[in-house]
Amino acid sequence: MNIRVGHLYPDYLNIYADRGNIAVLARRAAWRGHELDVTEIEIGDAVEPGAHDLYYLGGGQDREQLLVSHDLAAKAEQLKEAHAGGAAFLAVCGGYQLLGRGYRGHHGDDMPGVGLLPLETVAGDRRLIGNVLIETEVGPVAGFENHAGRTLLDPAAEPLGRVVSGFGNDGQSGYEGCRLGRAVGTYLHGPLLPRNPRLADWILAQALAHRTGGEPPELAPLDDELEAEAQAVSSGRARGR
Amino acid sequence: MAVPLRLEVAAAGAVARLSRLVGAGGGTTVPGKLLSVLDPGAVDRLAARLPAGTATISATNGKTTTSAMAAEILRPRYRLAHNRSGANLMSGVASTLLSAGGAQLGLLEVDEGALPEVMRRVRPRAVCLGNLFRDQLDRYGELELVAERWRAAVDALPEETTVAVNADDPLVGSFAAQIRFGLDDPSVARPALQHAADSKYCLVCGAPLEYAAAYVGHLGDYRCPNGHMERGRLDVAARAIELHGLERVAFDLHLPGDVRRVEIALPGLYNVYNAVGAAALAHALGATADEIADGLGRFRAAFGRFERIAVGDKTLLLLLVKNPAGANEAIRTLVDGGPPTLAVVALNDAIADGRDVSWIWDVDFEPLLGGLDRLVAGGDRAAELALRFKYGGFDTDAIEVEPSLERALDRGLALTPSGGELVVLPTYTAMLGLQRIAAARGLTRPYWKRAA
Repeated sequence: MNIRVGHLYPDYLNIYADRGNIAVLARRAAWRGHELDVTEIEIGDAVEPGAHDLYYLGGGQDREQLLVSHDLAAKAEQLKEAHAGGAAFLAVCGGYQLLGRGYRGHHGDDMPGVGLLPLETVAGDRRLIGNVLIETEVGPVAGFENHAGRTLLDPAAEPLGRVVSGFGNDGQSGYEGCRLGRAVGTYLHGPLLPRNPRLADWILAQALAHRTGGEPPELAPLDDELEAEAQAVSSGRARGR
Repeated sequence: MAVPLRLEVAAAGAVARLSRLVGAGGGTTVPGKLLSVLDPGAVDRLAARLPAGTATISATNGKTTTSAMAAEILRPRYRLAHNRSGANLMSGVASTLLSAGGAQLGLLEVDEGALPEVMRRVRPRAVCLGNLFRDQLDRYGELELVAERWRAAVDALPEETTVAVNADDPLVGSFAAQIRFGLDDPSVARPALQHAADSKYCLVCGAPLEYAAAYVGHLGDYRCPNGHMERGRLDVAARAIELHGLERVAFDLHLPGDVRRVEIALPGLYNVYNAVGAAALAHALGATADEIADGLGRFRAAFGRFERIAVGDKTLLLLLVKNPAGANEAIRTLVDGGPPTLAVVALNDAIADGRDVSWIWDVDFEPLLGGLDRLVAGGDRAAELALRFKYGGFDTDAIEVEPSLERALDRGLALTPSGGELVVLPTYTAMLGLQRIAAARGLTRPYWKRAA
């Protein structure tokens, strides 16, 4: 089966090795007999709800993030409709911020957001940088964070995980990321998926559910020994910070 | 009250000797750190002692090689105070100036983050700014932030300072400068911008820049489609470039009013950039076209950059990799010279390497993987590196994960046939580790003992 991915602004939002996440999804899909069919969605391109099973948004430098933010906000209704129709979303760092309602005080300006995730981001004084480990529904997830924004979840919002070591959304709440149905946003890069294969498979299963119109399938297990070793080293870095 | 400079110099020199005695390393930055604590303003006065002034060189990639090339050109003309071991933070600069008794000209390679303060203190006579690529975002912050700090520092330079910039870099080339250097030979250009290209949007309107020729990363002959910026004139340029595999490059070096055919014993287009940068700086400091061409012709690889070390009847070829743009060039050069069938890649995540290892996913390793039968992943983040190759399509059975540098090296050597060459691609601290291992085995002399 082909899993249709809409990769938003790969030319602009790619700062923390986002193509690594796409490579992991593609290989892990292929090892289960599925093909990842990635379409690049650039500035001015239309989003057609239902046409993609997974939308991916990566991280960008401030300038690149600002360059795409208005175009992305103009796609908000279609993206929300796609999400309501069961499409999965994975958004990392800058892309995570943009899936919320917006980013206030970003270099003095306000940046619009999609308003899909129940959160907003405000500028902080100091960048939050370092290895980070969180505990999620699919187990521990390890990565690296580097963000000036403080992301504040609405009271009823569900975080992706609880911070074990590191800063997370705002350095205070103890929460990291956000999950709404099949949408996941997080500050964790490194990139996120290579060393966190259970999260990668969870996302693939959500995308497959949209593709088939059924339940997320149980994916055949893979040999993840290297992945586990990399996660152990990464987790150790976060714990030792 | 400031301690007299003379006493500080004596005290700091004693610390350097102690540092070497206790085996703490080259002792190259310890005295500078001491001096910085004793009297931060001392660097200003140390620089002012140099009769021919100071020149500073910075870039994300190539600053050590460019500085070493400039040193080779300028050595017949000046006695140099040069931080050749790559100690390029304020402490390293201070140490170099401290131990520069009798030197006439300061030739300083400077870290990108440290450049504004170093320039403010040493008030350089000439400055060479090479390129800005994404590198160690956890340490330097975003590219544009570094560029804006550089721009402010350049604007604050004394009027008599000569600034040479790489015109092929849209960010660096936008600074006010007297000398603009670059490459001008579309026959060696890339078909397209690489994945890791960074500064590819107009600084004014944000439109994607159009490239008549892209050479290395985002370096090339660019223009904004709306006419806001372009690469523009070149005062120092390389034309008619010939790349000869892993061995050398040759090109016509165009200087104001002169042209010389230059051949350097280093491979790759990125070394042509280093050479034109060094030529531009040397020109600004009064070197003649002959001195420049001769100096570049004499040049041999800088510390750990394309360094060959003999190990019995085998050879080690060390190529430093530290960010996507630099690693892509190292890989392209390797593959152009005949792709290796075996390689050791070593990834550390110390502060000097960048604690964030995500950059390896932006490196185009795939051209290298195509020729390899076996790959040894080494360093503290060996498993992460192995994942990069696994998801790049490389057979996991052909990957050996060996975090210990010593064991990774020995495994690589064991797999290398008699008379063969082992390619090793280490990150910065992994390279230092490998150099220490080689030195301990008597294979090469430690860097602080090498003849200038």
